[in-house]
Amino acid sequence: MSVTTGLFYAFSAVLLIAAFRVITARNPVHAALFLVLTFFQAAMIWMLLKAEFLSITLVLVYVGAVMVLFLFVVMMMDINVENLRVGFWNHFPLAAAVGVVIALEMAAVLLGGFRVIDDPAAANNAIGGPSNTQQLGKLLYTEYIYPLEIAAAILLVAMIAAIALTLRARKDSKYVSPGDQVRVKAQDRMTVLKMDATQEAPAPLPPEAAAPPETKA
Amino acid sequence: MMNTLTLGHFLSLGAILFALSVVGIFLNRRNLIVLLMAIELMLLAVNTNFVAFSHYLNDMHGQVFVFFILTVAAAESAIGLAILVLLFRAKSSISVDELNTLKG
Repeated sequence: MSVTTGLFYAFSAVLLIAAFRVITARNPVHAALFLVLTFFQAAMIWMLLKAEFLSITLVLVYVGAVMVLFLFVVMMMDINVENLRVGFWNHFPLAAAVGVVIALEMAAVLLGGFRVIDDPAAANNAIGGPSNTQQLGKLLYTEYIYPLEIAAAILLVAMIAAIALTLRARKDSKYVSPGDQVRVKAQDRMTVLKMDATQEAPAPLPPEAAAPPETKA
Repeated sequence: MMNTLTLGHFLSLGAILFALSVVGIFLNRRNLIVLLMAIELMLLAVNTNFVAFSHYLNDMHGQVFVFFILTVAAAESAIGLAILVLLFRAKSSISVDELNTLKG
Protein backbone atom coordinates (compact mmCIF):
# COMPACT_ATOMS: atom_id res chain seq x y z
CA MET A 1 0.00 0.00 0.00
CA SER A 2 1.54 3.26 -1.04
CA VAL A 3 1.71 6.30 1.20
CA THR A 4 -0.90 8.17 -0.81
CA THR A 5 -3.36 5.31 -0.55
CA GLY A 6 -2.84 5.07 3.19
CA LEU A 7 -3.33 8.79 3.59
CA PHE A 8 -6.48 8.63 1.50
CA TYR A 9 -8.01 5.98 3.74
CA ALA A 10 -6.97 7.80 6.92
CA PHE A 11 -8.38 11.13 5.79
CA SER A 12 -11.56 9.50 4.51
CA ALA A 13 -12.13 7.68 7.78
CA VAL A 14 -11.77 10.85 9.85
CA LEU A 15 -13.90 12.76 7.36
CA LEU A 16 -16.77 10.29 7.52
CA ILE A 17 -16.65 10.00 11.31
CA ALA A 18 -16.64 13.79 11.66
CA ALA A 19 -19.52 14.09 9.18
CA PHE A 20 -21.49 11.53 11.18
CA ARG A 21 -20.87 13.51 14.36
CA VAL A 22 -22.04 16.70 12.61
CA ILE A 23 -25.45 15.24 11.95
CA THR A 24 -25.83 13.54 15.34
CA ALA A 25 -24.21 16.01 17.76
CA ARG A 26 -26.50 17.13 20.56
CA ASN A 27 -25.00 20.60 20.84
CA PRO A 28 -25.02 22.76 17.67
CA VAL A 29 -21.66 24.25 18.68
CA HIS A 30 -20.14 20.76 18.64
CA ALA A 31 -21.76 20.14 15.27
CA ALA A 32 -20.15 23.30 13.89
CA LEU A 33 -16.73 22.32 15.25
CA PHE A 34 -17.02 18.82 13.75
CA LEU A 35 -17.96 20.47 10.47
CA VAL A 36 -14.67 22.39 10.69
CA LEU A 37 -12.84 19.07 11.11
CA THR A 38 -14.72 17.68 8.11
CA PHE A 39 -13.66 20.60 5.97
CA PHE A 40 -10.03 20.20 7.04
CA GLN A 41 -10.05 16.52 6.06
CA ALA A 42 -11.71 17.35 2.75
CA ALA A 43 -9.03 19.95 2.10
CA MET A 44 -6.39 17.27 2.72
CA ILE A 45 -8.09 14.94 0.26
CA TRP A 46 -8.21 17.68 -2.35
CA MET A 47 -4.50 18.16 -1.69
CA LEU A 48 -4.00 14.47 -2.55
CA LEU A 49 -5.81 15.22 -5.80
CA LYS A 50 -3.29 18.01 -6.49
CA ALA A 51 -5.85 20.80 -6.27
CA GLU A 52 -3.68 22.92 -3.99
CA PHE A 53 -5.33 26.25 -4.60
CA LEU A 54 -8.85 24.99 -3.99
CA SER A 55 -7.75 23.06 -0.95
CA ILE A 56 -6.32 26.17 0.67
CA THR A 57 -9.33 28.18 -0.45
CA LEU A 58 -11.58 25.65 1.26
CA VAL A 59 -9.74 26.14 4.53
CA LEU A 60 -9.65 29.94 4.21
CA VAL A 61 -13.20 30.51 2.99
CA TYR A 62 -15.04 27.76 4.82
CA VAL A 63 -13.14 27.37 8.06
CA GLY A 64 -12.12 31.00 8.20
CA ALA A 65 -15.33 32.71 7.18
CA VAL A 66 -18.40 30.53 6.82
CA MET A 67 -17.86 28.36 9.89
CA VAL A 68 -17.04 31.40 12.03
CA LEU A 69 -20.34 32.87 10.84
CA PHE A 70 -22.09 29.64 11.80
CA LEU A 71 -20.48 29.69 15.24
CA PHE A 72 -21.46 33.34 15.74
CA VAL A 73 -25.08 32.59 14.91
CA VAL A 74 -25.21 29.43 17.03
CA MET A 75 -23.73 31.20 20.02
CA MET A 76 -25.87 34.30 19.56
CA MET A 77 -29.12 32.38 19.71
CA ASP A 78 -30.39 30.90 22.90
CA ILE A 79 -31.62 27.61 21.48
CA ASN A 80 -33.54 25.11 23.51
CA VAL A 81 -31.78 21.98 22.27
CA GLU A 82 -33.92 19.49 24.14
CA ASN A 83 -37.07 20.63 22.33
CA LEU A 84 -35.37 20.10 19.00
CA ARG A 85 -34.17 16.63 19.96
CA VAL A 86 -37.62 15.21 20.75
CA GLY A 87 -38.12 12.15 18.57
CA PHE A 88 -34.65 12.50 17.09
CA TRP A 89 -34.14 8.78 16.53
CA ASN A 90 -37.74 8.09 15.42
CA HIS A 91 -36.92 8.47 11.77
CA PHE A 92 -33.51 6.84 12.04
CA PRO A 93 -34.46 3.44 10.53
CA LEU A 94 -35.97 5.06 7.45
CA ALA A 95 -33.12 7.55 7.17
CA ALA A 96 -30.48 4.86 7.56
CA ALA A 97 -32.18 2.69 4.95
CA VAL A 98 -32.35 5.56 2.46
CA GLY A 99 -28.74 6.52 3.18
CA VAL A 100 -27.42 2.99 2.81
CA VAL A 101 -29.34 2.50 -0.44
CA ILE A 102 -27.99 5.76 -1.87
CA ALA A 103 -24.41 4.96 -0.82
CA LEU A 104 -24.48 1.35 -2.05
CA GLU A 105 -26.07 2.22 -5.38
CA MET A 106 -23.66 5.02 -6.07
CA ALA A 107 -20.65 3.00 -4.92
CA ALA A 108 -21.70 0.06 -7.12
CA VAL A 109 -22.00 2.26 -10.16
CA LEU A 110 -18.92 4.33 -9.43
CA LEU A 111 -16.52 1.58 -8.37
CA GLY A 112 -17.58 -0.55 -11.33
CA GLY A 113 -17.59 2.17 -13.95
CA PHE A 114 -14.69 4.43 -13.09
CA ARG A 115 -11.52 2.39 -12.77
CA VAL A 116 -9.48 5.30 -14.08
CA ILE A 117 -5.96 5.20 -12.68
CA ASP A 118 -3.80 8.26 -12.39
CA ASP A 119 -2.25 8.84 -15.78
CA PRO A 120 1.53 9.09 -15.36
CA ALA A 121 1.86 10.64 -18.79
CA ALA A 122 -0.18 13.64 -17.74
CA ALA A 123 2.47 16.30 -17.84
CA ASN A 124 0.27 19.12 -16.64
CA ASN A 125 0.75 18.43 -12.97
CA ALA A 126 4.37 17.37 -13.24
CA ILE A 127 7.08 19.19 -11.34
CA GLY A 128 8.32 22.12 -13.34
CA GLY A 129 5.09 22.65 -15.23
CA PRO A 130 2.74 25.52 -14.52
CA SER A 131 1.40 25.32 -10.99
CA ASN A 132 -2.18 24.53 -10.13
CA THR A 133 -2.80 28.12 -9.08
CA GLN A 134 -1.34 29.45 -12.30
CA GLN A 135 -3.47 27.16 -14.45
CA LEU A 136 -6.60 28.05 -12.51
CA GLY A 137 -5.84 31.75 -12.70
CA LYS A 138 -5.27 31.63 -16.44
CA LEU A 139 -8.61 29.92 -16.97
CA LEU A 140 -10.48 32.19 -14.58
CA TYR A 141 -9.24 35.44 -16.07
CA THR A 142 -9.57 34.49 -19.72
CA GLU A 143 -12.23 31.95 -20.50
CA TYR A 144 -14.29 32.47 -17.35
CA ILE A 145 -14.00 36.23 -16.94
CA TYR A 146 -17.74 36.92 -17.26
CA PRO A 147 -18.77 34.16 -14.83
CA LEU A 148 -16.13 35.54 -12.46
CA GLU A 149 -17.72 39.00 -12.61
CA ILE A 150 -21.14 37.48 -12.04
CA ALA A 151 -19.76 35.63 -9.02
CA ALA A 152 -18.45 38.93 -7.68
CA ALA A 153 -21.88 40.51 -8.17
CA ILE A 154 -23.50 37.56 -6.37
CA LEU A 155 -21.20 38.05 -3.41
CA LEU A 156 -22.01 41.77 -3.30
CA VAL A 157 -25.74 41.08 -3.47
CA ALA A 158 -25.42 38.47 -0.72
CA MET A 159 -23.53 40.89 1.50
CA ILE A 160 -26.07 43.70 1.04
CA ALA A 161 -28.97 41.28 1.51
CA ALA A 162 -27.54 39.85 4.72
CA ILE A 163 -26.92 43.32 6.14
CA ALA A 164 -30.32 44.65 5.08
CA LEU A 165 -32.09 41.62 6.56
CA THR A 166 -30.47 41.79 9.96
CA LEU A 167 -30.00 45.55 10.38
CA ARG A 168 -32.03 46.88 13.26
CA ALA A 169 -32.24 50.66 13.83
CA ARG A 170 -32.52 51.82 17.42
CA LYS A 171 -35.90 53.31 18.15
CA ASP A 172 -34.56 56.08 20.40
CA SER A 173 -31.81 57.29 18.11
CA LYS A 174 -32.10 60.86 16.78
CA TYR A 175 -31.36 61.47 13.17
CA VAL A 176 -32.15 63.89 10.35
CA SER A 177 -33.63 62.58 7.14
CA PRO A 178 -31.18 63.38 4.35
CA GLY A 179 -34.05 63.88 1.89
CA ASP A 180 -35.57 66.62 4.03
CA GLN A 181 -32.16 68.13 4.49
CA VAL A 182 -31.53 68.38 0.76
CA ARG A 183 -35.00 69.71 -0.02
CA VAL A 184 -34.84 72.58 2.45
CA LYS A 185 -35.03 76.16 1.06
CA ALA A 186 -33.79 79.48 2.41
CA GLN A 187 -37.33 80.52 3.39
CA ASP A 188 -37.64 77.45 5.61
CA ARG A 189 -34.62 78.44 7.60
CA MET A 190 -35.28 82.20 8.12
CA THR A 191 -38.46 84.25 8.06
CA VAL A 192 -38.27 88.05 7.64
CA LEU A 193 -40.99 89.81 9.62
CA LYS A 194 -42.18 93.30 8.68
CA MET A 195 -42.26 95.53 11.74
CA ASP A 196 -41.83 99.15 12.60
CA ALA A 197 -38.38 100.47 13.29
CA THR A 198 -39.49 101.99 16.58
CA GLN A 199 -42.19 100.79 18.89
CA GLU A 200 -43.86 102.36 21.80
CA ALA A 201 -43.19 100.61 25.05
CA PRO A 202 -46.41 99.18 26.56
CA ALA A 203 -47.77 101.20 29.46
CA PRO A 204 -46.92 99.65 32.82
CA LEU A 205 -49.91 97.70 34.18
CA PRO A 206 -51.54 98.81 37.39
CA PRO A 207 -50.82 96.37 40.28
CA GLU A 208 -54.49 95.26 40.64
CA ALA A 209 -54.68 94.40 36.93
CA ALA A 210 -51.51 92.35 37.10
CA ALA A 211 -52.73 90.13 39.94
CA PRO A 212 -55.45 88.00 38.22
CA PRO A 213 -53.17 86.35 35.62
CA GLU A 214 -50.91 85.29 38.46
CA THR A 215 -53.65 83.36 40.18
CA LYS A 216 -54.76 81.84 36.92
CA ALA A 217 -51.33 80.50 36.33
CA MET B 1 -6.54 -3.32 -6.59
CA MET B 2 -6.49 -1.77 -3.13
CA ASN B 3 -3.02 -0.40 -3.69
CA THR B 4 -3.81 2.13 -6.39
CA LEU B 5 -6.29 4.90 -5.95
CA THR B 6 -8.78 5.03 -8.76
CA LEU B 7 -11.32 7.68 -9.61
CA GLY B 8 -13.92 5.33 -8.15
CA HIS B 9 -12.44 5.61 -4.66
CA PHE B 10 -12.89 9.36 -4.56
CA LEU B 11 -16.34 9.19 -6.13
CA SER B 12 -17.38 6.59 -3.55
CA LEU B 13 -16.17 8.86 -0.78
CA GLY B 14 -18.30 11.64 -2.22
CA ALA B 15 -21.27 9.29 -2.48
CA ILE B 16 -20.98 8.17 1.15
CA LEU B 17 -20.63 11.76 2.32
CA PHE B 18 -23.70 12.73 0.30
CA ALA B 19 -25.68 9.82 1.75
CA LEU B 20 -24.61 10.84 5.26
CA SER B 21 -25.88 14.36 4.73
CA VAL B 22 -29.20 13.02 3.40
CA VAL B 23 -29.50 11.00 6.62
CA GLY B 24 -28.65 14.17 8.52
CA ILE B 25 -31.50 16.05 6.84
CA PHE B 26 -33.85 13.21 7.83
CA LEU B 27 -32.68 13.19 11.45
CA ASN B 28 -32.45 16.92 12.08
CA ARG B 29 -35.69 17.85 10.40
CA ARG B 30 -36.50 20.22 13.28
CA ASN B 31 -33.18 21.92 13.83
CA LEU B 32 -32.79 24.46 11.06
CA ILE B 33 -29.16 25.24 11.77
CA VAL B 34 -28.03 21.62 11.48
CA LEU B 35 -30.06 21.40 8.27
CA LEU B 36 -27.91 24.22 6.88
CA MET B 37 -24.79 22.32 7.97
CA ALA B 38 -26.03 19.18 6.20
CA ILE B 39 -26.47 21.22 3.03
CA GLU B 40 -22.87 22.39 3.38
CA LEU B 41 -21.80 18.73 3.65
CA MET B 42 -23.71 17.90 0.47
CA LEU B 43 -21.96 20.70 -1.40
CA LEU B 44 -18.64 19.41 -0.09
CA ALA B 45 -19.40 15.93 -1.46
CA VAL B 46 -20.28 17.37 -4.86
CA ASN B 47 -17.13 19.49 -4.86
CA THR B 48 -15.02 16.44 -4.04
CA ASN B 49 -16.47 14.70 -7.08
CA PHE B 50 -15.65 17.70 -9.25
CA VAL B 51 -12.06 17.84 -8.03
CA ALA B 52 -11.60 14.08 -8.48
CA PHE B 53 -12.89 14.17 -12.05
CA SER B 54 -10.76 17.21 -12.76
CA HIS B 55 -7.64 15.39 -11.55
CA TYR B 56 -8.19 12.06 -13.25
CA LEU B 57 -9.43 13.46 -16.57
CA ASN B 58 -6.67 16.07 -16.46
CA ASP B 59 -9.09 18.91 -17.10
CA MET B 60 -8.86 22.16 -15.15
CA HIS B 61 -12.41 23.24 -15.92
CA GLY B 62 -13.71 21.07 -13.10
CA GLN B 63 -11.70 23.05 -10.58
CA VAL B 64 -13.00 26.33 -11.99
CA PHE B 65 -16.48 25.00 -11.38
CA VAL B 66 -15.62 24.14 -7.78
CA PHE B 67 -14.44 27.72 -7.39
CA PHE B 68 -17.83 29.05 -8.46
CA ILE B 69 -19.69 26.54 -6.30
CA LEU B 70 -17.70 27.73 -3.30
CA THR B 71 -18.67 31.32 -4.10
CA VAL B 72 -22.36 30.57 -4.38
CA ALA B 73 -22.30 28.34 -1.28
CA ALA B 74 -20.73 31.13 0.77
CA ALA B 75 -23.40 33.57 -0.40
CA GLU B 76 -26.13 31.02 0.29
CA SER B 77 -25.01 30.31 3.83
CA ALA B 78 -24.64 34.03 4.61
CA ILE B 79 -28.20 34.78 3.50
CA GLY B 80 -29.51 31.58 5.10
CA LEU B 81 -28.01 32.51 8.45
CA ALA B 82 -29.37 36.05 8.16
CA ILE B 83 -32.86 34.64 7.60
CA LEU B 84 -32.30 32.28 10.52
CA VAL B 85 -31.45 35.21 12.80
CA LEU B 86 -34.59 37.05 11.66
CA LEU B 87 -36.65 33.93 12.30
CA PHE B 88 -35.20 33.54 15.76
CA ARG B 89 -36.00 37.17 16.55
CA ALA B 90 -39.59 36.75 15.44
CA LYS B 91 -40.35 33.33 16.97
CA SER B 92 -37.66 32.83 19.64
CA SER B 93 -37.18 29.36 18.21
CA ILE B 94 -35.60 27.73 15.17
CA SER B 95 -37.82 24.68 15.07
CA VAL B 96 -39.13 23.90 11.61
CA ASP B 97 -42.38 22.66 13.17
CA GLU B 98 -43.33 26.17 14.20
CA LEU B 99 -43.08 27.57 10.68
CA ASN B 100 -46.77 27.15 9.95
CA THR B 101 -47.88 30.77 9.73
CA LEU B 102 -48.64 30.46 6.02
CA LYS B 103 -50.70 27.30 6.46
CA GLY B 104 -53.98 29.20 6.73
